[in-house]
This record gives sequence, C-alpha cells and structure tokens, in this order.
Amino acid sequence: MSLFLRPAPALEPYTEAFWRACRAGRLEFTRCVPCGWFIHPSRPICPRCRGRDLTVAAVSGRARLYSYTINHQRWFPGQPVPYVIGLVELVEQPGLRLTTNIVNCPLDRIAIDMPLRVVFEVVNDDIALPLFEPAEAP
Amino acid sequence: MSDKPERGAIISGVAQSAIGRRLFRTDLDLTCEAALAAIADAGLRPEDIDGIAAYPGPTAAPAGFAGPGVYEVQESLGVDLHWHLSGLEGPAQISPIIHAMLAVAGGLCRHALVYRTVTEATAAADTGRLGIGAGSHEIRGFGAFLIPFGAMSAANWLALYARRHMHEFGTRREHLGLIATTARRHAAFNPKAIYREPMSMADYLAARMVSDPFGLYDCDAPCDGSTAVIVSTADAAHDLPHRPVRFEAVGTAMRARPSWDQWEDITTMAARDAAAHMWTRTDLRPADVDTAQLYDGFSFLTLAWIEALGFCGRGESGPFVENGRIELGGALPLNTWGGQLSGGRLHGFGFVAEACRQLRGECDARQVADCEVAVVGVGGGPVAGCMLLTR
Repeated sequence: MSLFLRPAPALEPYTEAFWRACRAGRLEFTRCVPCGWFIHPSRPICPRCRGRDLTVAAVSGRARLYSYTINHQRWFPGQPVPYVIGLVELVEQPGLRLTTNIVNCPLDRIAIDMPLRVVFEVVNDDIALPLFEPAEAP
Repeated sequence: MSDKPERGAIISGVAQSAIGRRLFRTDLDLTCEAALAAIADAGLRPEDIDGIAAYPGPTAAPAGFAGPGVYEVQESLGVDLHWHLSGLEGPAQISPIIHAMLAVAGGLCRHALVYRTVTEATAAADTGRLGIGAGSHEIRGFGAFLIPFGAMSAANWLALYARRHMHEFGTRREHLGLIATTARRHAAFNPKAIYREPMSMADYLAARMVSDPFGLYDCDAPCDGSTAVIVSTADAAHDLPHRPVRFEAVGTAMRARPSWDQWEDITTMAARDAAAHMWTRTDLRPADVDTAQLYDGFSFLTLAWIEALGFCGRGESGPFVENGRIELGGALPLNTWGGQLSGGRLHGFGFVAEACRQLRGECDARQVADCEVAVVGVGGGPVAGCMLLTR
C-alpha cells in the first residue's frame, strides 16, 4: 500500500474553472472575445491582443500527439509504472497544448501525430484530469 | 561595443569545496569552504568582498537543492556588503554571475562572491530521489498542469523535447549516448568527478530506462558540493596571482513562452535565444571557441545547446557529435570536466569553474591546448543563460 497518492492540483483563481469543467465532463479554456484566442494556462489578459474581455469556451476534445515519453521511474513509493506522458495539441489552435497521459493504448502503438480524444479521470468532488486515448480503436 | 559592461569586470577567483555523493556536511559548511578558497585564489582577503550573490536563494524546493541564502553566508563570513542578490528567475543558474558582472561594472561593488551549492545526494540518502510534488494534493503554479499527470521531474518534461527532436531530425539514442560516454571519458581526468570508471556505448544503452529516450546515464548525477567564483572590477586584473578570466559577452534573451510545455518549438530551448543574444554582443564567432562547457542535466540539452550556439545547423547536432569531434583533441572539446553526467550535478557552476580553469591553463591531463575562448551555456527547456569567456 502506497503512502502516497497521485498528486492533485490546487484550485487557484485562474485554474479553478478548468478543473471544475473537467469534473463536469467538459474540456474548456479561457478564450479572448475580440480575437478568439484560446489562453492556456488561463490569464486575466489575452497575450496576443491584450484584450481584457475574456470568456470560457468548450473545445472538441480532439487532439494530436505532439510528443511523448514512456516513464519507467517511480517518483513516489508505490507509483504504478510504466505510464505514458503525452504532450498533445488540441485541433482548435496551433500550440494549444496539454501535458497529459495517453491511456487505453498499447505502448507499442503510441506514435507522434496519432489522433486522440479526451477522457476524464475523476480525482475528487471538484477536480477531474483530462487524459487522452486513441481517437480510433487501436 | 567597446564600452559594454562585460569589459568592466573579470572573474578573479574560482574554487570548489569537496564534491561527493554523500558528504553529510551542511550546505553552509560547503559554501564557506568554497568561498574562502575562491577569495584566496583571487589574492583577496574576506574583508575585501563587498558583494554576494547566489542562485536560487531561499525557495520552496526539494531538500538539498537551494543551498544557503546570501545573508547566511554574509553573516558567516562576517563581511559588509555594497550589493547583494539571489533569485530563481533569471537567465538560468548563472544569473547571479551575469548580474554580479553588471553590478561590478556599474560600480555598485568591487569584489562579488557568487556561489551555487547543492546537497542533493545527502538529502536523498534516506528517501531515495522523489518526484517534484510527491505526496502533495495542492500542486500550485505551473506544476499543476504537469505533476498530476506523473510528469514529476525535469527528466519527463525534457524527454518530450528529445523525442520530438528525434521525430523531426532522426536524432538517435546513440547520439545522446555520445554526450554521456564522452563526458565519462573526460571525467577520468578529473579527480573530483563522481563517476570516473570507463563507460562504453553498450553500457550506456544497457542501462535502465528512466523516461524514454532518457536512460539512467542520460540523467546527471546528484551530488554534494559548492562552487564559488569571485567577480571583480577589471581594475583588479593586474593584481591577481594568476591570469584573469574576462567576460567577452553574455546572453540573456527569452523570446518565446516561458513554459516547459507551451514553449512553441520544443526541438529548441531558450538556449536558442540566449545564444543568439550573446553573439550580438561580440565580434567572435563559433569557430573561435576553443572549448564548450554546455549544460547536461540531461544529455539532450547539450545537443540543443550545440545547435543553439551555431556550432552546427538546426537538427544537425546528432551527426555533429560523431567521430570524436567533441572529445579532448577534437575540434570542439566539450564538458572536459565530465559534465554533470559524470562530474556531478553542481547545477551550472561546474561548467563555469571548468571554463575558468581551462582559460587559466590549469587542467593538467585534460587541458585544451592554447585555450583562449570558452563558452558556457547553462539551463534547459525555457531556462537559459550563456557567457563567452576569454583569457
């Protein structure tokens, strides 16, 4: 039995909406109303046009795998390994990326550029983590 | 740029404490040892020191990472200061050296002690090496989007960079291995290196995986040790007991998103911007460099620095390191003290110490012949700072 649990994010002013949306089964990002730019991690200003009129907008949850690593090291006692850390790019905007885990995919089928879709892993009453699985059954 | 601030300061002294795997000594004790030795190396007395700077200073970080704060060291040495500084944000771990150069050149102080101290090996003696944020349910800041996904080490964050570089340019594990095996060969000539026994490419490839493509020998060796340098006014150069080390140019630029996973092109690093900035401040060119001391917290980072500094074209660093080019006796002797992979994770300052010693001609069996120009590049991912040093 591990003395440690999977580390979880805190709810902070600019990230709380992101984690709560995931808990409700939606992938949402802060979006600039004037220029339409998705802003992640969320900030109180659009770094592209410096607009201050921001909203929250859902995305499709479709992505491509930009890079990945298969982690073999136990970073805390009892941590299950190996697991795949993926850097995924959402289809809605170049460079709109999440570091995540690639799940429901054999390790030897992981490949850069593979199409992915979001799934959510519930952490607690407030938070779920957005993970990604192959968009087509492997 | 004859009036650039780099002309106003020199590195007058350099020294290191004992360096080892588990010394069971305090960070302050190691720092005082290195500081007193560096002050003596510069031909100074402790009371001549009127500036102190360090990376990172007090910070919430894993045990053994931060080293003592500037004020602990000031109090321990019993000196009065005209200038003092520490901080985690800035052009990588050499930030306090760059800022000491500016402070000295600007007349705020005359002789600044700058140090970096780690006790990560002793700190991990009881627990083994834990990931960042292990056990926490309140991950804050940038780590909130990394650590909950098990990306709990820079090994993970930078493995993503290495994998993408392999995908785009055909870089192979054997290229990473050449960084590690060359460093090990050089470490045999460094009595203070952590790992000195020979390591073949087969040994490298057979090591256990950490976060692919990084295996055990792609990751630097946690250690205990302190490195101190003295940055002095250029007026002091003629009083030194040895040759001064001069600042030719520094590079501090950051021109993309300052984030591990949102950095736009992860086949590059902030090193690209710092290096480009550095070359705008000098008439020297990459071909003038006699030795390169380039960060290898993970092997891939060194490849990225080689490209960033223009020693080869973008994506060409893998083939560049083949055929002995980066070995002692090659065209670009690299990490001649063994780097952090074999010399020990002194967190940036090991490269500075080696560059100074090479320029002073004090490296014995690993000395680069007629070494006049050395480049130091420190940092990985969205963190970078670099310096071109001359004798």
